[in-house]
Amino acid sequence: MTAVSDPQSVSALAAEATDNRVNLDFETEGMTLNMGPQHPATHGTLRIIAKLDGEQVISAEPVCGYMHRGYEKLTEVRTYPQINALINRIDWLGSFANEVPFILAAEKLMGVEAPPRAQWIRTILFEMSRIANISLFLGDFGLQLGGMTAGFYAFRDREWVLNQIESATGGRFHPNFDRIGGLKDDLPKGWIESSHLAMARLLAFCDEMEDLLIGNEIFQARTRGIGVIPAEVGLSYGLSGANLRASGVDWDLRRDSCPPGLVYDKADWKVWTHPDGDCFARTWVRLQETREAAKIVTQLLDTIPSGPVMAKVPRIIKVPEGEAYVATENPLGEMGYYVVSKGDLVPFRVKIRSASFNNISIVPWVARGAYVPDLISILGSLYFILGDIDR
Amino acid sequence: MSSAETETAEIEVAADEVREAVLAELKARLGDGVVDSHIRAGDDLWVRVHRDHWLDTAQAARAMGYRFFDFISAIDWLPSPFGRDMDAQEDLVVDPPAPKEPVPMTTGYAGGDTRFQVLARLYSVTHGMGITFKADLPDDDLSIATWSAVFAGANWHEREAREMFGITFVGHPNPINMYLPTDFVGHPLRKDFPLLSRRVRPWPGIVDVEPLPGGAAEEEEEES
Repeated sequence: MTAVSDPQSVSALAAEATDNRVNLDFETEGMTLNMGPQHPATHGTLRIIAKLDGEQVISAEPVCGYMHRGYEKLTEVRTYPQINALINRIDWLGSFANEVPFILAAEKLMGVEAPPRAQWIRTILFEMSRIANISLFLGDFGLQLGGMTAGFYAFRDREWVLNQIESATGGRFHPNFDRIGGLKDDLPKGWIESSHLAMARLLAFCDEMEDLLIGNEIFQARTRGIGVIPAEVGLSYGLSGANLRASGVDWDLRRDSCPPGLVYDKADWKVWTHPDGDCFARTWVRLQETREAAKIVTQLLDTIPSGPVMAKVPRIIKVPEGEAYVATENPLGEMGYYVVSKGDLVPFRVKIRSASFNNISIVPWVARGAYVPDLISILGSLYFILGDIDR
Repeated sequence: MSSAETETAEIEVAADEVREAVLAELKARLGDGVVDSHIRAGDDLWVRVHRDHWLDTAQAARAMGYRFFDFISAIDWLPSPFGRDMDAQEDLVVDPPAPKEPVPMTTGYAGGDTRFQVLARLYSVTHGMGITFKADLPDDDLSIATWSAVFAGANWHEREAREMFGITFVGHPNPINMYLPTDFVGHPLRKDFPLLSRRVRPWPGIVDVEPLPGGAAEEEEEES
């Protein structure tokens, strides 16, 4: 090897080498990239087997099951109140929202209706779970795309709403507060005023996030036009929630088929959609949803009726024979429980239709042809919780 | 009060008519395919179709505007041979009671003739309502056509139903396990598959049963 000391000849050599490389007849070899099970972008333990051609993804196949806890089998040997504690762990960031559709399904079969005060508080806590869930998404998605600051702000401001949930229910993440026929307890003293403060803080947080994340040039470059899902494809995959609304489908279960027991019609709010269907649209819709949720909570806080929070239900709950499917618009999308009862203490069969399972099944479709860094944007913006996929 | 009551009654009747119309259209499209149906007024519609018409059902419903795919799963209607509540005597490993006469099998809405039933739900964003479909599977041939060509989301749901119930979805593009290890034996969601953790260790709730809120103990306290 000859030593080259002259800088000019070094650059000439480098240029020549580059030319040679460019002129080579390129034959790239396929490569398999294994992402996860422990990757920060997987919110748990999802593994993705991506087959690459250079930087481009040819196929991406999610591998689930690292966190499968067999809830559908367990529900067949647990009583209804016990199941309520169990299903808190499905989507652990918005736990209260998991309880509601199941309790509503049981109430529907029993013909019980919660008193108005319980319905109001349910709706408020439901929306608070949504805020807690989505505010973490906004921070975490920023984190995944390299914007550390967003993460810190989100974790800081999420505490405001988690504190409210904790002071009302006793649990920061797993409230187990909903009961068939109402709620476990009434609200603590001073909760309504402190909730107003928290909601004002969260509305400011949304503005902050809009400047910090949505308005960020790098963020837009990483998300705009990436992972576009047309509405028809989204529908056929069963994509729901903000993911589907970001593809321009104006559909929200809270507005369009709200099950009895939630009082969304008592507040004035708006369903946001976005025509683009890309990662940016999904983030944007979620940000608007957080705002709307804060608005719903603020309005409902002022109109909570007085009265009991628990209807008359028997001490030992036996649900009459029948079938019911109740779905609500959870933070991640449509979450529903198909409950089959035979008049026992335990349900005969519960099919848990969780949002993330359908939301993530579109990954092989949407990731095809994307670049490796875009895979992070796509996974992050589809927003799944592993407990919600594996159940 | 009275005006509100009549209002809801009117809505229920109107919604019922809507579901009757949907059912009539399904019957017109599928002919003999619709075996049975059940309508809960103002709430939900169940349609049981013949197994051979399963794929036609998906196409017909999709053509009728039911384009949102909710889920596919199955139900095993066999009464569980194991204990069903938390202190069930049947689950005792030591000194189990004598086996009881098997309870007759009963099925849910829209009926059923066989042990296994496939269950699917579609939703229409434009109509704002959903339909639950069921199809009977004979015990000797647990197979049915796949929906994955009509609804792409059915792919994963059918994989799950396949491993959990042992149902074959004919024409499925990728019939591999979703959750279970590849060499797993058995189908966990079948009723005759024991929940092993309960067989090995009895439910701890038997030992110390906490009084339920609002229960007898609390009432006594209130009285005293």
